[in-house]
Amino acid sequence: MALLSKKDSKLITDPLADNNPITIQVLGICSALAITAQLKASIVMAVSVMAVLAIGNVVISLMRNIIPSKIRIIVQLVVVAALVIIVDQILKAYSYELSKTLSVFVGLIITNCIIMGRFEAFALANGPWRSFLDGIGNAAGYGLILVIVGFFRELLGSGTLLGFKVLGDPIEKTGLYAIGYENNGFMLLSPMALMVVGIIIWVQRSRNKALIED
Amino acid sequence: MENRTDKNSYTIIFAIGMVLIVGALLAFTAASLKPKITENQRIEKQQNILYAMGVNDNTEGSAVFVSTGDAAELFEKYIKKQLVIEGSNVSEDKEAYLIDIKKEKAKAKSGGVRRLPLFVGEKDGNTFYVIPIYGKGLWDAIWGYVSLDENMVIQGAYFDHKGETPGLGANIKERFFMDDFIGEHLLTDEGDFAGVVVAKGNADPKNENKTDNEVDAIAGATITGDGVTAMIKSDLKLYKPYFDNLKNN
Repeated sequence: MALLSKKDSKLITDPLADNNPITIQVLGICSALAITAQLKASIVMAVSVMAVLAIGNVVISLMRNIIPSKIRIIVQLVVVAALVIIVDQILKAYSYELSKTLSVFVGLIITNCIIMGRFEAFALANGPWRSFLDGIGNAAGYGLILVIVGFFRELLGSGTLLGFKVLGDPIEKTGLYAIGYENNGFMLLSPMALMVVGIIIWVQRSRNKALIED
Repeated sequence: MENRTDKNSYTIIFAIGMVLIVGALLAFTAASLKPKITENQRIEKQQNILYAMGVNDNTEGSAVFVSTGDAAELFEKYIKKQLVIEGSNVSEDKEAYLIDIKKEKAKAKSGGVRRLPLFVGEKDGNTFYVIPIYGKGLWDAIWGYVSLDENMVIQGAYFDHKGETPGLGANIKERFFMDDFIGEHLLTDEGDFAGVVVAKGNADPKNENKTDNEVDAIAGATITGDGVTAMIKSDLKLYKPYFDNLKNN
């Protein structure tokens, strides 16, 4: 027997491609633009969002029958705010350098539309296990785009990946730099993140015509 | 039929209960992680002080501190004395680096005597006097450490900020800006305190003249630059009597 039923595994795989939160639903763009200049920051942000979204989805799902409908958005906000504060504190305690790089953006997970969107659209109507899978799936879809954008921006902008010099040394002029390559500083600016996301959307839609809207 | 969760009384009780539970959870997290976070902030201060006196892992372009693991050991090795100046009193204090400059500034405003921390470091036979400074930029606090020699000539500087604009004011913590301060004189030829002005459109953008009390400003970061000028002036000036004393003895 498979680990997950077909319906359950779709919860994970759908948001990775055909229903990706960033490229298809166009949610969570702001943080994707802001923190993807380095691959490491992208990965940590993806993991943080995954923790917040998966746990938050389960909490909201468990409470779905007792949440008063009049204040349900406030309840969702309190849950996500509490989780974000906990993630922020843990980063400050165990990864101080990174918490400074991510600075306000961890706090801004609260405003990440994906999170409120999934709480409202999925967790309020489904059981904890399915909500958990949905959280993981959507955060993975978000994280996947973040990592792709982070990969290209760090590689072309700084010539490094996760801090390692992969294209050679720009000062000593080794590797690619020896034949005249220069880092593209433009890649480190936020507008280029939008361009990379745009290219991903283009590639994705050209491969799957069903995604193209009229 | 009306659902039980739609009642006003239920809604209010639910809200109160939720706030209590979430509050308790957050208080517990904050309390249990606090020692670790304080420790990280302490190491950061040591790294900053060492950076200002030139003990760092700088690469060509970017500012890199000594690693967190080595910070405490290197701090012990290079910082020979930690002094606290209170009025005309100078005393040694092993934990002077933990003095909160912001609080001391507020104390001075309300009429109290300000405690001024000063770190005396030695590297390659030279003596460095490292001084913490604190001020305000465009959006929020800015701060830093400046190391001087006994003639009040800057040997190294480190600036940081809480929320300056990325790409503009936030560049005060980039090396191209911080390195401009090295060699800059704080005193005029006559020996009066002049500070260093972060100057727009000055005649010396490459900062070759180190006795003009000016460094080149960052375009688009006028208010942050003015904040740097102001904090250098207000905070470093307080140490002049100490340096005068040092010279006379």
